[in-house]
Amino acid sequence: MRKSLISVVAAVAVLSSSGTMAAGDAVKPPKQEWSFSGLFGTFDRGALQRGFQVYNEVCAACHSVRLLAYRNLMDIGFTEDHVKKIAAAKEVTDGPNDEGEMFQRPARPSDRFVKPFPNEEAARAGNNGAYPPDLTLMTKARVGGADYVHALLSGYKEPPKEKKLAEGMSYNLYFAGNQIAMAPPLSEGAVEYADKTKATVSQMAHDVTTFLAWAAEPELEWRKRMGVKVILFLLILTGLLYGVKRKVWSDLH
Amino acid sequence: MSDSKFKNPIVAWIDYRLPVFSFMEHELHEYPTPKNLNYFWNFGSLAGIILVIMIVTGIVLAMHYTAHTAYAFDSIERIMRDVNYGWLIRYVHMNGASAFFIVVFIHIFRGMYFGSYKSPREILWILGVVILLIMMATAFLGYVLPWGQMSFWGATVITNLFSAIPVVGDSIVTLLWGGFSVDNPTLNRFFSLHYLLPFVLVGIIVLHIVALHQHGSNNPIGIDTKSPQDTIPFHPYYTVKDLFGLGVFLVLFFGFVFFAPNFLGHPDNYIEANPLVTPPHIVPEWYFLPFYAILRSFTADALIYLPISWLMSAKLAGVLAMFASIMVLFILPWLDHSPVRSARFRPLYKQFFWLLVIDCIILGICGAKPAEEPWTYISQAATAYYFLHFIVILPLLGFFEKTKPLPTSISEPVLKGGGGLSSAASAKPMEKA
Repeated sequence: MRKSLISVVAAVAVLSSSGTMAAGDAVKPPKQEWSFSGLFGTFDRGALQRGFQVYNEVCAACHSVRLLAYRNLMDIGFTEDHVKKIAAAKEVTDGPNDEGEMFQRPARPSDRFVKPFPNEEAARAGNNGAYPPDLTLMTKARVGGADYVHALLSGYKEPPKEKKLAEGMSYNLYFAGNQIAMAPPLSEGAVEYADKTKATVSQMAHDVTTFLAWAAEPELEWRKRMGVKVILFLLILTGLLYGVKRKVWSDLH
Repeated sequence: MSDSKFKNPIVAWIDYRLPVFSFMEHELHEYPTPKNLNYFWNFGSLAGIILVIMIVTGIVLAMHYTAHTAYAFDSIERIMRDVNYGWLIRYVHMNGASAFFIVVFIHIFRGMYFGSYKSPREILWILGVVILLIMMATAFLGYVLPWGQMSFWGATVITNLFSAIPVVGDSIVTLLWGGFSVDNPTLNRFFSLHYLLPFVLVGIIVLHIVALHQHGSNNPIGIDTKSPQDTIPFHPYYTVKDLFGLGVFLVLFFGFVFFAPNFLGHPDNYIEANPLVTPPHIVPEWYFLPFYAILRSFTADALIYLPISWLMSAKLAGVLAMFASIMVLFILPWLDHSPVRSARFRPLYKQFFWLLVIDCIILGICGAKPAEEPWTYISQAATAYYFLHFIVILPLLGFFEKTKPLPTSISEPVLKGGGGLSSAASAKPMEKA
């Protein structure tokens, strides 16, 4: 009894240590140039729209962005008519109607993005047991943010010889444990960009990451613009207050 | 009524019946304050202002927040996306918690450096420690509300600590949870308490200020104010100085809010709580890290645990040590019995004070690291030193330290430093011309 307990504990210890070892194998994602980083950063509209196209034609097969509504797309430069068209391509369940029946109708701009699977179980059933996470907050929900998402999307490699992958898994340099259930999502020319940008894996990863960064922080441009004004105002105010303080205290020194 | 000190007849009329203006005049304008306070004395009023900011933003957030496990996470995101200026209000509240702790930690260390807890300010100090405890409880409860992964697992880890208490521990945990795991009843009671505690805080802060105004502020020299020349009226001197300090603070604070709002947060809290998936490293918010390190340093094989291992489990020892690390502050005025307040005249204490500051920073770093070598050893040593400082070093210093001679009055060093006798020479109180 005691022996078996010890062996169980030892096995758990070995497993957990190998687990941490494997997690340590993930490579730190390289820094990228992002249009939205820095004090005055704004989202590159071209990259946003191309990124939406990549999401819509590639990622959306498995991943939801459930916190976005179609109307939000007007913020990245799509016209209202265009957004209506994008929304209408999807079906949502509405109701109940006068007869008490639920019914299907084309999505409207006010609807949230339609999820590819109705629930987690369906998503797992369709993906070899793995659950494709929602992507709305992905760039905020991972250490490394946008750099990590970009690195992950373009970080698929042939596994080293000694590395044994489980059935249906892929090797990714940047994923914790290097074993990821998502097959390489992007391949050369997977989408055809309307603006004739060459759809390389790196380009698509960059565009869709920009789109996801906007999805996670749609307030970013507004926030930074307001921040510059607020900080400038406060700097002037603080300078004035310092002058007043000097003046008030001058009769003491 | 003609003898009222207020010229405005309406003010005089009101003050005759409800002396609010006399009160303000007495506590703000006439209130004598040592004239040598440095910028470390800004942090008290700053903390008060942050509490007001937290309460105002918190009340607005509560109008849009839904305290239910199924909706809490999404309601926060709705605030971020669809509520007018919701992102600003939430980021101010979120970073305001961190700012509150930075400011209060500096305020506490200032009190320690200049001996502000010594007679006759012991109760003032004790009320301050109570404020810290309530702040910590409030911050912990608030961090659970967004119902992210760290919210959920932080709540699970911290509430589970109470199970270490013998006999009644498990019942207490069930009571905290309102069930048998962290779930919807937990979230609801945490929300209720998170809304309640800040107002309790306000009450205790009022007492803190009453106790402060009884004997007035301590000062960097740590000797009592002796003559009217040592003091200046709070208004306008310190109101304007506090306002300038507030300006500097707001520049830094809004720098975080607008340009790095999630810098002090943890990415995992943007993943909705999932009781089935444990994050690889559960870490509390940065302001709890030193206490978290003390908690974790009591492992079954830790040297600091050996002397008490016959008495209690390592888990209980860790929990008690974590609470003791704050409880020890309650008796600090009696542990440090040196008659000299300010570290400026205590050469040894000054060095040990900075060692304690470094020790707390090391504990904070250890708290952020995974519980593996060498961090466990380091946090055990740092924990031992933390208690050594308060329980052994401070009482001994009171006996053996050779302190420097104290100046006879606050004005003396000022006169020495400044050229000539100028304004301080006149015997009348410093008054704004």
